[in-house]
Amino acid sequence: MSSHEIAHNNDVEVEGIQYDSHTGEEVLEHKLHHVESSKKEIWKVFFILLAITVLEFLVALVPGMRENIGKYGTITIFFGLTILKAFYIVAFFMHLKHEKLNLAYTIIVPLLFIIYLIALLLFEGSNQPVY
Amino acid sequence: MDSAVEIKKEGLWTGGRVPLGASFGKLMMWFFLLSDAFTFSSLLVTYGYLRFSAKPGWVAPDHVFQSFPGIAEEGLPLVFVGLMTFILIASSVTMVLAVEAGHRMDRKGVCTYMIYTIIGGLMFLGCQAIEWTHLIQEGLTLTYNPFLVPVGVENAGQHASIMFGDLFFVITGFHGFHVFSGVLLNIITYFMAANKVFEKRGHYEWIEKVGLYWHFVDLVWVFVFTLFYLI
Repeated sequence: MSSHEIAHNNDVEVEGIQYDSHTGEEVLEHKLHHVESSKKEIWKVFFILLAITVLEFLVALVPGMRENIGKYGTITIFFGLTILKAFYIVAFFMHLKHEKLNLAYTIIVPLLFIIYLIALLLFEGSNQPVY
Repeated sequence: MDSAVEIKKEGLWTGGRVPLGASFGKLMMWFFLLSDAFTFSSLLVTYGYLRFSAKPGWVAPDHVFQSFPGIAEEGLPLVFVGLMTFILIASSVTMVLAVEAGHRMDRKGVCTYMIYTIIGGLMFLGCQAIEWTHLIQEGLTLTYNPFLVPVGVENAGQHASIMFGDLFFVITGFHGFHVFSGVLLNIITYFMAANKVFEKRGHYEWIEKVGLYWHFVDLVWVFVFTLFYLI
């Protein structure tokens, strides 16, 4: 009897969520619960991204703003806002926040090497002889 | 009593588990995007390296990008690229909405949102073509930079900031090529959805994969925008 059950229901259950064994997708019934909230979430993220972009423009274009904050201040603000935007796109548009934590780590940890590359090359660059 | 349950309880390594909770295709798309992220970051870090070595200065973006082609020759810094950014973000949103419609097995919704996404992509490419044409007309090429050197600094920074045109065209060109491929993928996806391919398969997972790619293109633009136009 039990072997029959395996043959018919080959969905996999991990931590209380049913996954289809072929696609690895969450089984549909589960997803239908999220529909209402996910549409709201999409528009919320859109307006957040828009607001961040507008903020970037204000910092870049309002006369005297750059001078007041200073060169490194502006660069820090721009980078901070860029990383924030990147987070919202990856987490919500690319759904990484709703994937398993293992997958998120698999993608994000290798990116730390890029930070190393940036540090290395910008340091080297600023020590180049003046052309 | 139930051997199936017992097998599951035996351990992590007895099979039947999906460790990352994602399908093969989706996982491979993520890994492709990871490798693409490395490619783009090597290009952008090269840009940073050359910019840092250009002493004492680099061309000012407010100066280079101050025209809105067709409306004003100068005095509108960053407005045109702002429009491009908005278009790309908006097309990213319609893409998520298409994915969301796919979850509901709503074929019409998917088709509509895919059309919007394709239009957004084409508009972005059009804007980029206009911008490139304008900059080339002003004399910016791979080897020559007409916007040389901050005023008042004699000859300094010339060598490295000659690379500005090179870096600008290669990096925005590489990104534009990604947008172009994305638009092609979106068009293919639209026709697949319209021909009920996904309904026959029983799921719209393909759209999620194409969507991942499209959002990645948007993500890269966020960085290109900051590094070339803002800083």
